[in-house]
Amino acid sequence: MAKYELLQGNQACALGALKAGVEFCAGYPITPASEVMEILAEKLPETGGRFIQMEDEIAGMGAIIGASVMGKKVLTPTSGPGFDLKQENLAFAAMAEIPCVVVNVQRSGPSTGGATISAQGDLMQAKYGTSGDSPRIVLYPNSVKEIYGTTITAFNLAEKYMTPVILLMDETIGHMRENVCLDEFDNVEIINRKFPDVAPENYHPYEPDETGIVKLAPFANGKGYRYVINGMHHTIDGMPSLTPENIYKTISRINDKVERYKEDIWQWEEQQTEDADIIIFAAGCVSRSASEAVKQLRAAGHKVGLFRPISIWPFPDEPLAKAIKNAKMVLVAEMNRGQLIHKVKEIATDNLKVVPLNIYDGTVIMPEHIIQSIKEAAK
Amino acid sequence: MSYLDYIKEKQFPLFTCAGCTHGTVTNTFLRVADELKLDKENTVIVCAIGCAGRIPTFLDFNVLRVTHGRALAFATGVKLSRPDVKVIVFMGDGDAVAIGGNHFIHAARRNIDITAIISHNEIYGMTGGQYAPTTLQGFKATTAPYGMIEPAFDVCELAKGAGSTYVARSDVYHINHLHKVMKNALTHKGFSTLEVITSCPTQFGRRNKMADPIKLVERIRDITVTQTAAEKMSVEELKDKIVIGEFVKTERPELTEIYEEKLGKLRKN
Repeated sequence: MAKYELLQGNQACALGALKAGVEFCAGYPITPASEVMEILAEKLPETGGRFIQMEDEIAGMGAIIGASVMGKKVLTPTSGPGFDLKQENLAFAAMAEIPCVVVNVQRSGPSTGGATISAQGDLMQAKYGTSGDSPRIVLYPNSVKEIYGTTITAFNLAEKYMTPVILLMDETIGHMRENVCLDEFDNVEIINRKFPDVAPENYHPYEPDETGIVKLAPFANGKGYRYVINGMHHTIDGMPSLTPENIYKTISRINDKVERYKEDIWQWEEQQTEDADIIIFAAGCVSRSASEAVKQLRAAGHKVGLFRPISIWPFPDEPLAKAIKNAKMVLVAEMNRGQLIHKVKEIATDNLKVVPLNIYDGTVIMPEHIIQSIKEAAK
Repeated sequence: MSYLDYIKEKQFPLFTCAGCTHGTVTNTFLRVADELKLDKENTVIVCAIGCAGRIPTFLDFNVLRVTHGRALAFATGVKLSRPDVKVIVFMGDGDAVAIGGNHFIHAARRNIDITAIISHNEIYGMTGGQYAPTTLQGFKATTAPYGMIEPAFDVCELAKGAGSTYVARSDVYHINHLHKVMKNALTHKGFSTLEVITSCPTQFGRRNKMADPIKLVERIRDITVTQTAAEKMSVEELKDKIVIGEFVKTERPELTEIYEEKLGKLRKN
């Protein structure tokens, strides 16, 4: 018989991380994300893992990368102002190709903003918050159950593609409780990073094979693979190098791998888009309201559908282009001043009307807001 | 084994300027490593940015070179996740006590088994000669064109106050002393701090009428006094002097051991 349990979003994230095999968590207290590390602080000693509360958010990010370099699966949870501080070492993880999972339970910003106030203000920061060009995989679940599964996916993608993965949540979902059944995850696939398959004397950590994915041996592996991991532009051995060739190779490789495997990374959900004249584009908690709006509008005879990106970066542009091909209007509903709407506009053809719905007063976008916006825009 | 087995000879020469004494710190480390027969397989060196932070990439260890000031934060993750591994952190003074000051005091407070070797050259060399938190009052830097007006940090007092269980200072003139205390720092269990007074003729000396590398090392000879000598000197005589020696040698439970002792029994599998 299916086993149901009442879980909070942040709790589902911590449990999903344990299911994925998290071995190390370092963090710094911040509302509305703290429950994730509180639960891991309690559970990790039971699984032989380690937890430490660091002196600041920067150190939390640094410590998890240090543990990942030793071959551990790692996670740090945070929110807005903490996510600002994570950026420095997030760039390091992207540059040095160290897998890690960073959870950002979004709260209202900028700055201190509102610690328990829901907002979707970090969607662009999650991709563009660091200096230089670097890749980012950003996943954005919309329910407690999906948080559990997506957390596992986040670890799998980090290990598979040797890159940091951001798990974005809304405060609304992070602090919401839902009755969920997790049985379907009993035999979920768990991916671990690959160990080098060449002898130590022929090993060049930053010279991947034809897959384009580096195989970084954990430090102190006892097998003789010794090398440098370095946030500076580097040679195939990780040594600092500023030759145009090495700079070009490093930047290209870290970005191209995410582009090359985007079809494997993309996740999205569509509801009744096939015949829709109007498509609502919404992610995170807003998509829950959008789903209800679709139901109500369909009942009233309107051809409305929903496109919900689950992976917001890499942005699922081709699936979205396909979904909106025959539509006349896309309503982009976001709890910010308009962020992902720019990506939608990039894809939209000239005869497609792209309409924004932005609420950023700390309240959640409700189905009636969406219905009203659609009615106004369709006038 | 010889100390040469601990370097990647192919990568040499070092990038450092002629007359730089960071190499003396590296040289001493290699000799101590050889004496202690450090297992390079099971040792991780963490370093970050600046001249002192780049040198370890030339050593044949597992080397993790990270963001400015954050070496100890990364090293904490390395050590806590693999307590069996020896962790050594090389930093400059700016790295350790300016941008990385917070990580430094907390690593010391935790008494995590890491050795921090801090090269103190009173200047930001790599970035072109800006003042450091260790620059003495009156000395010039590109950002202190009229002379340093701020008081300097005493790195060893900071380490002591924060709880480092081994604290020593040495310099690149008294190399036998440096050798001895580096060995003690590396064999100490717990958080050990070794501050080494080094010299930067290019950025510090040049702006302070001491561009001659030899003169800079002679200055170190002249301004340093041993602990024993210092005990017999008055406060007035000690003004503008730097005391070298071992200031703290104590024992306190080490973080990863407490972790295992208190939480190890919770392990279910």
